[in-house]
Amino acid sequence: MRRGLHPVVMIGLVIAAALFGRVLPTWTLSLATVAASNALIALGIVVLARTGNVSFGQGLFFAAGGYGVALIANSSGITDAVLQVLIGAICGGLLGLVIGPLIARYTGIFFGMLTLALSMVLYGALLKTSALGGSDGFNVGRPSLFGMVFTDTREADFMLYAVSVVTTGLAGIAATILFRSELGLASLAVRENNLRVEYLGLSANRIVTINFVIAAVFAGASGAFALMAQRHIDPQFAYWTTSGEFVFVAVLAGYQSVAAVFVASMALELVRSFSNLYLPNTWQLVLGVFLLSVILFLPRGIGSLWIRDRHRKNDPPRTAITDGAAP
Amino acid sequence: MNPVLSVRGLEKRFGAVVAADALTLDLAAGQRVSLIGANGAGKTTFVNMVTGYLKPDSGAIALDGMDLGRRSPRDVAKLGISRSFQIPQLFIELTACENLSVAISGARDQTLSFHAPAQAQGRRDTAIELLGRFGLADVADRPISELAGGVRKLVDIAMALVRRPKLLLLDEPTSGVSAEEKFATMDRVIHAVAPDAATIVFVEHDMDIVGRYADRVVAFYSGRILADGKPNEVLNDPEVRRYVTGGAR
Repeated sequence: MRRGLHPVVMIGLVIAAALFGRVLPTWTLSLATVAASNALIALGIVVLARTGNVSFGQGLFFAAGGYGVALIANSSGITDAVLQVLIGAICGGLLGLVIGPLIARYTGIFFGMLTLALSMVLYGALLKTSALGGSDGFNVGRPSLFGMVFTDTREADFMLYAVSVVTTGLAGIAATILFRSELGLASLAVRENNLRVEYLGLSANRIVTINFVIAAVFAGASGAFALMAQRHIDPQFAYWTTSGEFVFVAVLAGYQSVAAVFVASMALELVRSFSNLYLPNTWQLVLGVFLLSVILFLPRGIGSLWIRDRHRKNDPPRTAITDGAAP
Repeated sequence: MNPVLSVRGLEKRFGAVVAADALTLDLAAGQRVSLIGANGAGKTTFVNMVTGYLKPDSGAIALDGMDLGRRSPRDVAKLGISRSFQIPQLFIELTACENLSVAISGARDQTLSFHAPAQAQGRRDTAIELLGRFGLADVADRPISELAGGVRKLVDIAMALVRRPKLLLLDEPTSGVSAEEKFATMDRVIHAVAPDAATIVFVEHDMDIVGRYADRVVAFYSGRILADGKPNEVLNDPEVRRYVTGGAR
C-alpha cells in the first residue's frame, strides 16, 4: 500500500511555495500565476479522467466562472480576490450540477464531444450577446485582498501569485485526499468496468457526476484567476483552443499524481515563454515537439516518473488520459 | 416455506431466437442449484434477467416475495442478489484488495466518502479475511492484471460475496480452470460461500461438478426447462441425455 505525504506537510509546502514568490523575479510571478491557474483546471480534468472520461470543453466552466465573477464584480463592487475565487468556483460548480447528471450517461468520445459542443454553444452565445460586450468582452477593476488595494505592480502580482498558489495548492491537497478515498477508488473502478460497479450496488453515473462537478468547481475558480490576471474577459474563455490547452496539461501530467499536474503546467508555461522569446516565428513547433516527446517517452504522463506503474512491464503502453476500459 | 426466488412465466426473445419460454421456477433457501444446458439454451439469459441486466418481455421475478419488476442491476444487488461472471469482471489495474474494497463500498449502501481512506485498516482486514477464505490472502496486494485466470475467477466470486447475498448466482465458476484444478477450485468456492450465501445457483457445463456439488439440477433447452429435480434424476433423464449432456456420465 502506497502512502503519500501527510496533509499537514503538504500545507507547509504550499505556504512555502507562496512565500517563495517573495524572492522570485517579477516576470516569473505572472508566469507562475498562469501556471497555477492552468494547473487548477487541469487538476479538475485529471479528477474527471480517473472515471475514464475526458472533457474537451472545460472552457465552458472556465468562462462561467470568469463571466460570473466579472458581472458580480462590476455590479456589486466585490473586488476581494478570495471572494472572487469563491464566486468563480460556485458559478462553475452550479453549471456543473446542471450539466453533470445529463452528461454522465455518456462515455468515451461521446462524452468528450458533448462537453466540447456545450462549450462552443456558450462561446457562440457570448459572441452574440452585446450586453456582455460581444466578441470584445469587457473589463473589470483591479482585485484587492482583505481590504488592501495593491497599486504597486510587483505587490499586485505577488498577491495574485500567492492567492493562486495557495488556492491551487489547497485544491491539490483536497484532490490527493480524494484520490485515496472511497470515492477516489470507486472512480478508478468506473474507469475500468462501470457495469461491475453497478452490479456491486454503486451508481457509476453518480460517481461520474460528482467528479464532473468537482472538475467544474476547479474550472470556475481557474476562470476567476484568469480574469483577475487579465482584468478583462471575452468569449475566448469558452473557445475550444482554450479547453485544448488544459487537456494538454492534463495529458502531460497523467492521472496518477497531483504534483505532476503542477509540474506539467509550469513546464508547459516555461517552454511556451522561452520558445516564444527565442523562436518567435516557430514557437508552436517547439511546443509541439515538447508535447510529442513527453507523450512518446512518458506515455502515462510526467507523474509516471515517480508513481509506480500498476501494469506489467510487457503490457502495451497506454496513453496518459484516454485509456479507460478494461481489456 | 416461501421460496427465496420465484420466477413465473418468464419470456425473452431476441428476434427469432427464444431465450426464455414461459420459465417458471421456485428456489428454496439453502438450495445449491445447478443450471445446465447447451450453449444458447438460455442459462445466462436467465441469470441476466434475474439480476436486472436484461428486462424480460413478460413474466414476473420475485425475491423473498418482493417483485423485482424492471429494477436495475444496482437495485437488484441492493435487494440481495449477487453474481459472478463467466469472464471475470474485475478492475484489472487495481489490486485484489482494492477490488474487494470497492465491493465493500457498494455493500455499505451509504454515500461514498470523499475523505475516508479506501484502504483503511478495518476495510483492508475485511477484504483480506474474505480473500483468505478463498486461499488468496497472499495475492491481496497484487494487481489483477498479474493474476492467473483461475485466481481472477475466485476474486470475482469473492466480490459477489461481500454483500452476504440471499441468492448468489455463479456463471460457470470453473470455466477456464484446468481439469485437475476444477474440484479444488469448486471446493474452495463452496467452502468460502457456505457461511454467507443461503442459496447458490451455478451455471455449469461439467457434469462431474454438477453431480458432486448440486443438490438440485435444472436443465435448459431452447429457452425452456427440460427437466428439474435431483442430480441423478435429471442427469439420467433420457431427454437431458439427448439434448443437454449428449450421453455424458
